[in-house]
Amino acid sequence: MIKAILIFNNHGKPRLSKFYEHYSEDTEQQIIRETFHLVSKRDENVCNFLEGGMLIGGSENKLIYRHYATLYFVFCVDSSESELGILDLIQVFVETLDKCFENVCELDLIFHVDKVHNILAEMVMGGMVLETNMNEIITHVDAQNKMEKSEAGIAGAPARAVSAVKNMNLPEMPRNINIGDISIKVPNLPSFK
Amino acid sequence: MVWFFFIFIFIFTGKSKEAEIKRINKELANIRSKFKGDKALDGYSKKKYVCKLLFIFLLGHDIDFGHMEAVNLLSSNKYTEKQIGYLFISVLVNSNSDLIRLINNGLKNDLASRNPTYMNLALHCVANVGSREMAEAFAADIPRVLVAGDTMDSVKQSAALCLLRLNRTSPDLVPMGEWTARVVHLLNDQHLGVVTAATSLITTLAQKSPDDFKTAVSLAIARLSRIVTSASIDLQDYTYYFVAAPWLSVKLLRLLQCYPPPEDGALRGRLTECLETILNKAQEPPKSKKVQHSNAKNAVLFEAISLIIHHDSEPTLLVRACNQLGQFLQHRETNLRYLALESMCTLASSEFSHEAVKTHIETVINALKTERDVSVRQRAVDLLYAMCDRSNAKQIVAEMLSYLENADYSIREEIVLKVAILAEKYAVDYTWYVDTILNLIRLAGDYVSEEVWYRVIQIVINRDDVQGYAAKTVFEALQAPACHENLVKVGGYILGEFGNLIAGDSRSSPLVQFQLLHSKFHLCSVPTRALLLSSYIKFINLFPEVKATIQEVLRSDSQLRNADVELQQRAVEYLRLSCIASTDILATVLEEMPPFPERESSILAKLKRKKGPGVLPNIDDVRQEREKERSLNGSLDDGSDAASKTPFLAPCAPPPPSVLSAGTMTSLYPTADLLGPTAPPPSGGASLLVDVFSDSLSAVAHAPLDMSPASGPMSDDNFSRFICKNNGVLFENQLLQIGLKSEYRQNLGRIYVFFGNKTSTQFLHFTSTLNIHTKPAEATVDAGAQVQQIINIECISDFTDAPALDIHFRYGGTLQSFVVKLPVMLNKFFQPTEMVSQDFFQRWKQLGAPQQEVQKIFKAQHAMDTEVTKAKIIGFGTALLDGVDPNPTNFVGAGVIHTKNTQMYRLTLRTSRDTVSQRLSDLLSEQF
Repeated sequence: MIKAILIFNNHGKPRLSKFYEHYSEDTEQQIIRETFHLVSKRDENVCNFLEGGMLIGGSENKLIYRHYATLYFVFCVDSSESELGILDLIQVFVETLDKCFENVCELDLIFHVDKVHNILAEMVMGGMVLETNMNEIITHVDAQNKMEKSEAGIAGAPARAVSAVKNMNLPEMPRNINIGDISIKVPNLPSFK
Repeated sequence: MVWFFFIFIFIFTGKSKEAEIKRINKELANIRSKFKGDKALDGYSKKKYVCKLLFIFLLGHDIDFGHMEAVNLLSSNKYTEKQIGYLFISVLVNSNSDLIRLINNGLKNDLASRNPTYMNLALHCVANVGSREMAEAFAADIPRVLVAGDTMDSVKQSAALCLLRLNRTSPDLVPMGEWTARVVHLLNDQHLGVVTAATSLITTLAQKSPDDFKTAVSLAIARLSRIVTSASIDLQDYTYYFVAAPWLSVKLLRLLQCYPPPEDGALRGRLTECLETILNKAQEPPKSKKVQHSNAKNAVLFEAISLIIHHDSEPTLLVRACNQLGQFLQHRETNLRYLALESMCTLASSEFSHEAVKTHIETVINALKTERDVSVRQRAVDLLYAMCDRSNAKQIVAEMLSYLENADYSIREEIVLKVAILAEKYAVDYTWYVDTILNLIRLAGDYVSEEVWYRVIQIVINRDDVQGYAAKTVFEALQAPACHENLVKVGGYILGEFGNLIAGDSRSSPLVQFQLLHSKFHLCSVPTRALLLSSYIKFINLFPEVKATIQEVLRSDSQLRNADVELQQRAVEYLRLSCIASTDILATVLEEMPPFPERESSILAKLKRKKGPGVLPNIDDVRQEREKERSLNGSLDDGSDAASKTPFLAPCAPPPPSVLSAGTMTSLYPTADLLGPTAPPPSGGASLLVDVFSDSLSAVAHAPLDMSPASGPMSDDNFSRFICKNNGVLFENQLLQIGLKSEYRQNLGRIYVFFGNKTSTQFLHFTSTLNIHTKPAEATVDAGAQVQQIINIECISDFTDAPALDIHFRYGGTLQSFVVKLPVMLNKFFQPTEMVSQDFFQRWKQLGAPQQEVQKIFKAQHAMDTEVTKAKIIGFGTALLDGVDPNPTNFVGAGVIHTKNTQMYRLTLRTSRDTVSQRLSDLLSEQF
């Protein structure tokens, strides 16, 4: 079972947290900090698995993580999950985000808190893997978008805001998430480097 | 654009915590006023504000409003609003909130809406919150949704996982039964997403009630074989980087791990074929260079290997699995090396493949030395520990020791424990063991816990062949200019006990030994100093020639007026003792420590504690069993003393006493709380000086709280005597007499058990436990003395087996154990009932069913005497009713048995339960 899914940036700022077991709000924040501490001190190119922190159950749970440019994606799972399976699931999650947001970057996770949660909900439910097929997930997400659009014409507003930010030339702008071997061409949106 | 700037400020000015809090409070106030305002918000604004709240919550700030708005949004007809309402609830609301009740209605409507999107939202919400109240409200609906024929696939998926979640949180509320068969058939579903979800559900359910889901095995194998053998194009979307449905395969293999290998030959063959195909595929050249391809492929492969290890029945597969893992050990992908080490750990515990695993020892040692990642090195340590046996113990221990020098601090303590355990477990030559432990202390003294050095002392004391060597080695080790305090402790203890063995050599004469120890004294902490003082007094006994020197040291102000009360007390007492006691008394008081009782290694217990439950047991249980046999066989030939015949790791009930802790001395003083018979036992059951003072006090030993297995001979010779009487001698041999006094009243009984020591020596570690109901008791039983144990009994329902009393104690050097049946029988709970002839026959007839009556005709074993018979019937517990039966040679008794359930039984061998009649008849008939 997946106990928690955490996304935070290189500075430990949380960008998404989803807990499938109940902890108090304080404990949740502590878990995020502890996990960041454990994960961030590891070198690149070491293995993607490590024993969980004390707060989330110690050595009975594993942290499985991937590091993409500015973001860490961490899944905390118990012994009933396959490590490599979860690693692939993280990849599917990121690829899906990339498809939905067209060159996903850290900002997208902030602007579209709701969408990211919805995409995650299509993949993981109550701590169990619900769907792993990317096409299926995207079909569901598209269907939701269509329903939103049909109900209100303003659904595009946040997207416009993103493109505005992406066009501004800011010094500390977070970079695009680099998904290694995936390169999805985006003809219309200029991405920033 | 407001939205955008707000967030923007958030990210880039959030550097100072105060500025962030200020900004957030302002924003919260703004949102609150918007929600409270008169103007109705449009859909987009609502969504915007809720998103802001979610983000603020994510950053770790409390959100104490907005819940009611969320509930309203959730019940809205618009999808956009509904969705955002659900999102708010699933992120912000925890399971015990009162809000749950408010949203239940909305959830019910959505679940019944037949709109798949709405149903999914509701199911997600139930699964994510998963509270007991939700389970109460929806446990009945969700199985219906799951098995209904017209449910959309995506809804089925969600329903399966939702049910799984509810089953986890409140299993009692989710009814099983009518839908199980149909759930199993979901494994045949067309949609692989549904099959994946259903497999997860069935795996969890099958762990709880394997029998109900047995049929899933054949379906899972069929499905797996279709996936494994299919060309990848058949499964279109579920092919992930050229691997057919990897997640589903993993789940199916997990499901199969809930069951033993299938018994049906054809099915078994098909599964073996699948597993072979998976292993074969690993050898094929990769279809893609991408890491995702190999990840997916290997995820399936590792799961297949776990299944092979779980079944542990096909030697060819096991060997192939082992070879495959061996390949991975040298793979360039760190993840694979990590997983290979982990899987090999479980493989090492299998009887078939232990030898095969051992062939990889060099690779693993190499991994330990060269691996960059500490979590991989930790796995390597685990695997070395698991693959260790007598043949390679020396090599492994040496490697672990050399690794210890530069090991990561976080894993040092664990390595120390493992080295200590391996060194002890596989020690053929105990000098090697002593060397290893001293090395451990030298290399990582700070990480050597109390248990480790207690253990080395226990072993040295129990094995006289190693004592001289140990004394010599510690003496040499202590000569190092800087040595760890733990070494001083071991050294102090061992020289105090066995210093005489090396005193012949002029380089280690008594005075040199003492001066060496005393040179460390001032650098040590209080507990170590206390231990050293005890060593000094032992020196006085061992070497009268240094008595004056030691007395001088004890007499110094830094000892006699030490600020620490423990040290001062020891100094005063030891000085006094050395001055007034005669040589004989000193020799008795300061006698060499008796051998320690054999029991589970305290180090092993510590390692288990440290690793948490369920991490090591597999390896240890299986291996330990094997080891136990081996060491039993192995040690028969060396037979140097009684202690060596029992394996060092033999599990035994009483917890280990600490060898000599600072608290030991305290137990010599009759402070009330330590000596009350019910006081918590201090650790010093085996303390140095207890023997002398034991007339005035008793050292309290631990009484085991677990149910110890009946180990000694069961004795029940005197058992039958107690059927008709309550007091007497229950058990007697040349050592021990057990007397019994008992009282019964309705369903309650109280038994006083008296243990009498018939010998002239003290019984140590005396424990007596009952196999039904444990009660800590007992102490040392002094020579010729008697101790009493009180047992309270309540009869809850009828029974036939008498409880057994399990007694262990140490007499002289040997462990004695007996099992004595306590004479607690059903008839003890009889309440004599007087009744007249008419009543009696009326009730007699009520109990007329054939099973309720037991009649036995038997030959008299004793002379038939009316008075004796009468006495026995009364003693049996019934009232004797005269004049009920006109025939004076028939006896009639009546009684009621009170149990806790207040069910009534009538005797005269017609009773309301056949088992009761039977038992009473058995008991009574033995008496005539």
